[in-house]
Amino acid sequence: MAAIKVHGYHASTATVMVLCCLNEKEVEYELVLVDLPTGAHKKPEYLALNPFGVVPTIQDGDLTLYESRAIIRYLAKKFQGQGTDLLGSTLSEEALVYQWCEVEGQSFNPPALSIVSQILVVPMRGGSTDEAAVEMNVEKLEKVLDIYEERLSKSKYLAGDFFSLADLQHLPCTHYLVNACGKGDLISSRKHVNAWWEDISSRPTWKKVAENMKFG
Amino acid sequence: KPQHLALNPFGQIPVIQDGDFTLFESRAIAKYLAKKYMGQGTDLLGSTLTERALVEQWCEVEGQSFRGPAFSIIEQILLAPILGDSRDEEAVKISVEKVGKVLDVYEERLSKSKYLAGDFFSLADLQHLPYTHYLVNACGKGDLISSRKHVKEWWEDISSRPAWKKVAEKMKFK
Repeated sequence: MAAIKVHGYHASTATVMVLCCLNEKEVEYELVLVDLPTGAHKKPEYLALNPFGVVPTIQDGDLTLYESRAIIRYLAKKFQGQGTDLLGSTLSEEALVYQWCEVEGQSFNPPALSIVSQILVVPMRGGSTDEAAVEMNVEKLEKVLDIYEERLSKSKYLAGDFFSLADLQHLPCTHYLVNACGKGDLISSRKHVNAWWEDISSRPTWKKVAENMKFG
Repeated sequence: KPQHLALNPFGQIPVIQDGDFTLFESRAIAKYLAKKYMGQGTDLLGSTLTERALVEQWCEVEGQSFRGPAFSIIEQILLAPILGDSRDEEAVKISVEKVGKVLDVYEERLSKSKYLAGDFFSLADLQHLPYTHYLVNACGKGDLISSRKHVKEWWEDISSRPAWKKVAEKMKFK
């Protein structure tokens, strides 16, 4: 069986989300570089795969699929029964996984990605960080993390006492916040969020991917 | 208020209670219902693993690319007056452009496929109903839809479903 092709960039949060999931499911893949710094994602070759011009996109046989959160759900289902279970064991558990996946996608990611974009990406492109925007998004994220703190004081992981896609979705952006944006205190100041972060970020499947997360 | 926060600590609606089980986030609720009641009513998840994956893909497109700018338009045109704020025309203009770009991709997709995920109605199409309803019927932005041939056909099809019309007729702010 041909390996799954992942068209993406090793430092892109959405790409590494998919790579980590592939590792968790013990699935072979080939990373095909889409060189974001040179605008490869907006060129006709790539737009033919993903008309929205964003990474990653996977090819699995005849199937071309984009949107990282949809890709990891597909992988978690297709490879159910091998590697780590990422969807819980019952209909209710799976629903809670999706609930916290939505929380990540709708409430955590927008402010978190804005902070990473302002502090890390904007200067790389020759612009200057908008400190007011960073402050505003830090405030938003603090409120979200206060709710996570309460949840994680009752539950080892977000969807329940099992690691799932919901926790995995948080790895890439939080990695940058903590290790490259100087916002580690968002995590470390919250006892249960801190314990959860230390647990999930120490998974070997994640560390393999995190060590390549450098731009250029 | 504390009563609602006990159900959803994020203080948002909707929340469902199904027996002992409490669930929030509309897209997660829709998926739960589609799965739990598979085999009755309309199939909303496609028939194969691949079809399901495409449903998920277009659901994410709605949640990540369509919803944001669509909501910004509704916020400025519909909600700001209710809250006594003035409309930010620049924000509307930017958001209309963003929605337009997303709909250009939809136009291309829907020229090859009856619905977003394939030739079957799914959660991906359903997720677009509420915001598009307000854009077209309450914000004067119907041209975003009507200027795109296949998007227009798709909108007329999905918005005429009785399951939707029952809900839409109650969509008025008091």
